[in-house]
Amino acid sequence: MSITVEALCHTYHPGTPLETRALDDVSLQCGRGEWLSIVGHTGSGKSTLAQHLNGILFPDSGTVSVDGMQVVEKSPNMRDIRRAVGLVFQYPEQQLFAEDVMEELSFAPTNWGVQSDRIAPLASAALSMVGLDDSYLARSPLNLSGGEKRKIAIASVLAGEPSYLVLDEPTAGLDSWSRRELTDLLARLKKEGTGIILVTHDLDIALNLSDSILMLDRGRSAAFGAPSEIMRYLVANSVPGLRLPDIAALSAAIGRSDPAAPLTWDRAELKRWIKARETGGRRP
Amino acid sequence: MKFLNNLTFGQYVPADSPVHSLDPRCKILAVPVVLTGIFMAGHVAAFAAWAGLLAALAWYSRLPFRLVLNSAKPVLILVAFTALIHIFFTDGTPILKLGFVTITREGVAAAAQMGLRLLLLVLFASFLTLTTKPMELSDGLERLFSPLVRFGFPAHELAMMMTIALRFIPTLLTETDRIMKAQLARGASFDRGSLWKRLKAFIPVLIPLFVIVFQRAEELATAMEARCYRGGEGRTRMRPLRWSGRDTAALAATVAVVVALAAGERSLLP
Ligand SMILES: Nc1ncnc2c1ncn2[C@@H]1O[C@H](COP(=O)(O)OP(=O)(O)OP(=O)(O)O)[C@@H](O)[C@H]1O
Ligand SMILES: [Mg+2]
Repeated sequence: MSITVEALCHTYHPGTPLETRALDDVSLQCGRGEWLSIVGHTGSGKSTLAQHLNGILFPDSGTVSVDGMQVVEKSPNMRDIRRAVGLVFQYPEQQLFAEDVMEELSFAPTNWGVQSDRIAPLASAALSMVGLDDSYLARSPLNLSGGEKRKIAIASVLAGEPSYLVLDEPTAGLDSWSRRELTDLLARLKKEGTGIILVTHDLDIALNLSDSILMLDRGRSAAFGAPSEIMRYLVANSVPGLRLPDIAALSAAIGRSDPAAPLTWDRAELKRWIKARETGGRRP
Repeated sequence: MKFLNNLTFGQYVPADSPVHSLDPRCKILAVPVVLTGIFMAGHVAAFAAWAGLLAALAWYSRLPFRLVLNSAKPVLILVAFTALIHIFFTDGTPILKLGFVTITREGVAAAAQMGLRLLLLVLFASFLTLTTKPMELSDGLERLFSPLVRFGFPAHELAMMMTIALRFIPTLLTETDRIMKAQLARGASFDRGSLWKRLKAFIPVLIPLFVIVFQRAEELATAMEARCYRGGEGRTRMRPLRWSGRDTAALAATVAVVVALAAGERSLLP
């Protein structure tokens, strides 16, 4: 049970002067209960890739499959695919349309044909997952604050009970507290068995929380692997648009003068090593 | 699903060509001249000549011919409809009888003529927008209409409205595309069920679209006011239009071609 992408290529407006090669030979895999982060420079094809994972866009060549179902145009399983893979777009608050939050949250489950008596509990469960209470159900989504709108939009996808959740830069423009709440939620969903695919600029989140990271560079896969491998790659190669988090940069800098230093992005680990070195003389 | 990914009708296609660099006023004035010429054409040979001119113009504008043809796609239905009306409702020598409809030789000829004429009209007209930036286009129109300002005609305001409207079309299409995709991901379907169901499926697209459009309009108004915009009076331009000898020559050549073709058809062909 996983999302598998193999040798995916995608070109926008083929055969016109506006032709853009957005993805070129990209592969990835993410199982249920795993967290994959997709990082890369702006324009590197992250959103394009995300839209392939539930059949919004289709590959020019290469394959995408969800739990063994091929994602191709006119697939008889298209509804199952879209239902299995919840996709939260960049700036999802712009897609809100309903008169009240309840209607907004019922949109996905209703479309998936969930029985009507199950919809209300699903909506209120989704709302509490994003940290809002039932008093929001009767409010108009258009009169909420930007952050609340974002949460409602995410909840409206969660209400469809997806097995995988793909999020395109969900933390952009959120304050650090809301960002933390969101990543906590994703970590919890992952533990409960949802596959998380997170498109992000934030290497700190990607390194700390992912099982694997895919790094895109101008539509190509620059690196794909565990966070420690990506960290080693980033120390060796400078990638435009991506900056190592402070702790990681510090540990890399120490490592340059003391090869025994650990290459880490974990504050506690680095602190432990420095303490040990102070108390234990030259070497811990 | 391909959504709105296709190039929209007559969208500006940048290229480095002599046609692109003509003064927009020259191109705007040339359009009615050419359209008149096509309206006067009736003989097959004349249509062939216009089609040849079309290909030559595409080559001269450094635009792929296929792209020019594509720009006529949205009006094909209109062309087909016009042709059909002519086939069925023209009296003359019958060549085919299907129940109560009679197809006449004259009807087929008229259908072909009208169809070709409309198609050529659209294709030639699309060169104006294919080779002229929207900004230049509205500048050109403003200048052409500026003599009327004396009589209270709001030339600048109309041109500004046109610029903004043109500028918003691609933005609107992109936004529509984005919102449709987002609702699709939440299980909406735009191509299933009865007509009523399909129309209703667009509500979740239209509402966010309206919200975005009003937001954009308000932001734009604020931005314009913050830059002290207050209409056309006393306004100077960053890139004043410059009418050169080339423009006069191009316009004269257009008139000459139209006159020559029309005269040729009158005198040489039966
Ligand atoms: N609808 C579209 N039509 C044409 N080209 C597009 C379209 N969407 C994206 N592109 C192009 O494809 C490339 C990849 O875009 P994409 O949106 O996938 O990048 P991204 O990594 O998500 O960037 P960002 O971090 O800015 O969101 C870019 O060069 C972009 O210009
Ligand atoms: Mg993006």
